[in-house]
Amino acid sequence: MNIIVCIKQVPDTSEVRINPETNTLIREGVPSIVNPFDMYAIEEGLRIKEMIGGKVTAISMGPPQALEALKEAFSLGVDEVILISDRAFAGSDTLATSYTLSKAIEKIGLFDIILCGKQAIDGDTAQVGPELAEHLGIPFVTSVKKIDEIREGYLRVHRMMEDGYDVIETRPPALLTVVKEINEPRPPSLKRKIQAKNLQVPVWRKEDLDVDEKRLGLKGSPTQVLRIFPPEIKGERKILEGNLEEQIYKLVSELKGLGIL
Amino acid sequence: MDYFLTDAQKTIRDIARKIAIEKVVPSRAELDEKEEFPHEIMKALAQADLFGLYIPEKYGGFGGGSIDLALAVEELSSACLGVSTTFAANALAAYPVLLFGSEEQKKSFLPDIASGKKLAAFGLTEAGAGSDAAAIQTTAKKEGDEYILNGTKQWITNGGEAEIYTIIAMTDKSKGTRGASAFIVEKGTPGFSFGKKEKKMGIRASATRELVFENCPVPKENLLSKEGMGFIVAMRTLDISRVGIGAQGVGLAHGALDEAVKYARERHQFGKPIISFQAIQHMLADMAILTESARALVYSTARVIDSGSKEYSKESAMVKVFASDVAMKVATDAVQIFGGYGYMREYPVEKMMRDAKILQIYEGTNQIQRNIIGQALIKEAASKK
Repeated sequence: MNIIVCIKQVPDTSEVRINPETNTLIREGVPSIVNPFDMYAIEEGLRIKEMIGGKVTAISMGPPQALEALKEAFSLGVDEVILISDRAFAGSDTLATSYTLSKAIEKIGLFDIILCGKQAIDGDTAQVGPELAEHLGIPFVTSVKKIDEIREGYLRVHRMMEDGYDVIETRPPALLTVVKEINEPRPPSLKRKIQAKNLQVPVWRKEDLDVDEKRLGLKGSPTQVLRIFPPEIKGERKILEGNLEEQIYKLVSELKGLGIL
Repeated sequence: MDYFLTDAQKTIRDIARKIAIEKVVPSRAELDEKEEFPHEIMKALAQADLFGLYIPEKYGGFGGGSIDLALAVEELSSACLGVSTTFAANALAAYPVLLFGSEEQKKSFLPDIASGKKLAAFGLTEAGAGSDAAAIQTTAKKEGDEYILNGTKQWITNGGEAEIYTIIAMTDKSKGTRGASAFIVEKGTPGFSFGKKEKKMGIRASATRELVFENCPVPKENLLSKEGMGFIVAMRTLDISRVGIGAQGVGLAHGALDEAVKYARERHQFGKPIISFQAIQHMLADMAILTESARALVYSTARVIDSGSKEYSKESAMVKVFASDVAMKVATDAVQIFGGYGYMREYPVEKMMRDAKILQIYEGTNQIQRNIIGQALIKEAASKK
């Protein structure tokens, strides 16, 4: 099986700060990591390969420093890595990003499975995976927590739902976005990590891809971000004090007072 | 402190630390409580290529030496000594093959140990042969193309879990230590079985079992070196492996010190964090001095071994004694700083103190190590005349 894993380099923090002027993420001074959900995608790709054979290619679209993320993927065991990077791609929203990625994947050619993390922890949109599948005209399943069966021409997966899971059958080539329940990522290999230091990562630029320039970067991004803000906590709050019994007594009388009980 | 590690060595340390933090720390209390073998962690260590650090590249290893192994052992020990014992016991079993094996033996056994595909165990100790290693009763009698092993080995780390065993047995009891020989025995050989799994004070994630040989035929190709070399194989192996025990001591002490500093900053008494009291600071300072001194001794001795020197028996005994005594003291003081909480199983220092004790006992008690040092001093003094 030819497996492609899409990864993104993100700031290493769950509390991303936002520049209120530009409504963009502040990246300065924050160390970068591979998006945690993408680590599960890499691991799943490696497990499929170990189980039924094949090749795993990791791709990432981003600035030149994103090659560090690809080197990390390499040290985990992926066979090939490709960086998709060009000034023309800067400012891409999810539509332009997924379009560009789809063109890179078309250039790679044959593939059976594309794996993505459920979402990136910086933007949290969870859109790039599904959009990428749409551009490529292939089926996709989001929030996959288990690959139940995979073989030539057949794929059965478990999609995580709030109240259980769906069992979904489909046919490769297909795209899956994965959640953290799917596996436990392995540590990097010492030998590959040392090789990765001198790894020449191929970089595909705009002219390497068969792209419509109007659909790239800021120009190709219809998304308009008006404002980004952390959710405000609404409603009144009351903290009940005292020992457990007193608190329960107060809670019951509060609820009765409100007519809930 | 900067120990002038190479980039590759820093990478080894970083990967081992990552595994320690991400895989070992979250599971150590449960592994200890349930006395459960750390299969998942061993798998991760294999995936990370850490089993072959000291094994030459041509046998599938990383091509490093004692220092590389010590770095990994230290990091794992800072999280859980039971895990690091399981890991390091493979090296203890592989060194006899590495040091004394034929090219054929190295080619057939080392690659699987280096990749972590097969675990290994070293069998010397018996019920009546501990510090007095020469008193072993297990026999190996040559019959045709085989040696027939009979006897029981006791307290063997990785017993039952390992696939490859290096065993010391007597081929000629009348010759005393010169009648001992070393063999490679594979799990599954007829007549080779396992006794009970021991219940231990500490390092409870590690498996400690008896190895039972009842007319167990071992092909003569599995004899390491020559008949009569068994005691030398064991002693040369232990000379190297003692540095690993030192690295375990440093790691455990380091882990306990970190926990103590963290706790002393959080714990408030008399309206202040207890770390603001000199009584606590001085204890922490002493713990830090001892830990760093032990580390310096471990690294420098490992480097002496890696330089190709033949003379390091005394130094490796010093490393073993000092670092294990440091680990015991630092772990005990960490429990003291935690006070009543330190005595509770909810906090990791209780386990660390239980675990530390074995370092002063196994792979040659600290008293035996002092004998080695004492004898070396006599020998050195005598040779000056």
